[in-house]
Amino acid sequence: MEPGLLDFPSLGLSIAVKLLIMVGFFLTAPLVAGYMEHKVLAHQQDRLGPMEAGIGPIKHGVGQLVADGAKFIQKEDIVPTAADKWVFSLAPGVALVPALVVMLVLPLGPGLFGENLGAGVFFALAVSSVSVLGVLMAAWSSANKYSLMGGIRAAAQLIAYELPLVLGAAAVVLQAGTLSLVSIVEAQADFRIFGLLPMWFVLPHAIGFLLFFVASLAELNRPPFDMPIADSEIIFGHMTEYTGIKYAFFMLAEYAGMVVLSAIATVLFLGGWYVLPGVTVPELINWVVAFFGAGPFEFHPVVAGLLGVGVTMGKIFTLVFVMVWFRATFPRLREDQLQRMSWLILIPLGLLNIVVIAIAKVLA
Amino acid sequence: MPTLPKLPRPPQIGLLKGLGVTLKTMMSPSTTQQYPHVKPDLPPRTRGVIALMEENCTVCMLCGRECPDWCIYIDSHKEVVPPKEEGARARTRNVLDRFAIDFALCMYCGICVEVCPFDALFWSPEFEYSTYSIRELTHEKEQLRVWMDTVPPPPELDVGADLPKEIEDGLKAARQAAEKAAAAAAPSEAPAAAGKAGGDAPAAQAAEEDIHVEAQVDQEVFDQLVAEGKSERVARAKAKAAYVRKEKARIRAERAGGEG
Repeated sequence: MEPGLLDFPSLGLSIAVKLLIMVGFFLTAPLVAGYMEHKVLAHQQDRLGPMEAGIGPIKHGVGQLVADGAKFIQKEDIVPTAADKWVFSLAPGVALVPALVVMLVLPLGPGLFGENLGAGVFFALAVSSVSVLGVLMAAWSSANKYSLMGGIRAAAQLIAYELPLVLGAAAVVLQAGTLSLVSIVEAQADFRIFGLLPMWFVLPHAIGFLLFFVASLAELNRPPFDMPIADSEIIFGHMTEYTGIKYAFFMLAEYAGMVVLSAIATVLFLGGWYVLPGVTVPELINWVVAFFGAGPFEFHPVVAGLLGVGVTMGKIFTLVFVMVWFRATFPRLREDQLQRMSWLILIPLGLLNIVVIAIAKVLA
Repeated sequence: MPTLPKLPRPPQIGLLKGLGVTLKTMMSPSTTQQYPHVKPDLPPRTRGVIALMEENCTVCMLCGRECPDWCIYIDSHKEVVPPKEEGARARTRNVLDRFAIDFALCMYCGICVEVCPFDALFWSPEFEYSTYSIRELTHEKEQLRVWMDTVPPPPELDVGADLPKEIEDGLKAARQAAEKAAAAAAPSEAPAAAGKAGGDAPAAQAAEEDIHVEAQVDQEVFDQLVAEGKSERVARAKAKAAYVRKEKARIRAERAGGEG
């Protein structure tokens, strides 16, 4: 594997820089996603959403989540008497850490990644599934029947939807011939439909993308698949007994999960940092500049990387927007409908998709 | 024999329609008013707070007695007013000492405003008078006087409605005075008809009162009033009145000409 931009000769320095960037990304991107949810959801429901809390002169509630965080820290940290205190306190962390760890392998721009693992897809999907362990821990240790029911629903949902998620990703791996996330992005740059039209995997893998997206909604307990936290039935599922900063951790885990799964979908299906299929931002700029008769510019790798990060972010937050859009639009499914949908529609569809892709791959 | 699981129906076009609705709602501007920054535009009959016009109050106590919550407190004393004429009896008059409404008890039914025979109580749309202390919700007459300044003018009358009684009376009196003056001036202009007119004058006046004119909007007057900044409704009503007046004057002049 060739080293990325963040790999310096000194191991300690590269680790420090990577950690710094990861934590910075981890602390800002979920907040942007959360703010987006506040505002988009509000406007789709004919409201304005947060309008007061601002950062400096920028109003329209941009500081709402920061203010919320400050509020959560001040709140009393209540642990129920009957709760299993150690597990109860550990659960939010267990739910949060997988999202943080997945960021290690996410390529955000050309050369900008924590680690180009050979088994990147496998690692990302495996680690992101760990968060349900946090949910189960929270559910069991709360000593609350609603929490427990929520946890069991979450576990059942995970088992049902992990399969379509993996099947959707497996088809892409089959097509690209690699498990490395960076190589999958590069494979999409070289991919041509019928050997002619450059295209991301989203078109030939339309079914796979749909499977992956729907399954990631279910994985994140996002509406319309939020039975584990269905407020009209079981209060707030595994989060019922949580207060203060621990509750905030769960919410942060949800938004971080949205960002991370959108990022994986971006890398697998939407061509990562390529602004058009097979075209990076510097290439696009040089095309436009050449159209006006100016000479091609040389872009420093760091500048090119940052431009790539911008493109990736745009795609990630477009997917986050769609998640919020679904939340505003679709009513919650019933538990049995959810299971039916996965086992009777999505999984057969996913298997069929793999067969079709495999045949096409062999024939091509 | 075990039954096969029933396949769920495939997702239908309604899912996409729903997405379209939310997207359209997101694009259309919200009607939310940012309240503390933007004051609401309340209609003039809003039941916000009750105001007292102290000068009109005669301490008849009707409001206090009708109040279902007994939230109106009235104190008064009697004063002797010396007689206006020599030898007449001295009169007594009620003087208001205290008039307070406890808005912590008030249920904003408006019966006191309805029942007041002297137009001393009014509704005002002001509503921002919440306090940290329940005692401060008892508004004394000084505060009720302050609210009086916030009472909006009554809403405009509908087109074609009768004029308020006091204005109708005033107009009638003015018309009669004008006619009396005209009648006084008439004999000098037409001395030949004087003998006959003298006897017929009340009849002619009655006939003139019977002149019926179909109301129409006088466009000139209407445009002028709108240009002055009057509301369209007021302008239309006034333009109609002006038209009727003009028509009546014309008919009257015609008749007078015919008689002359």
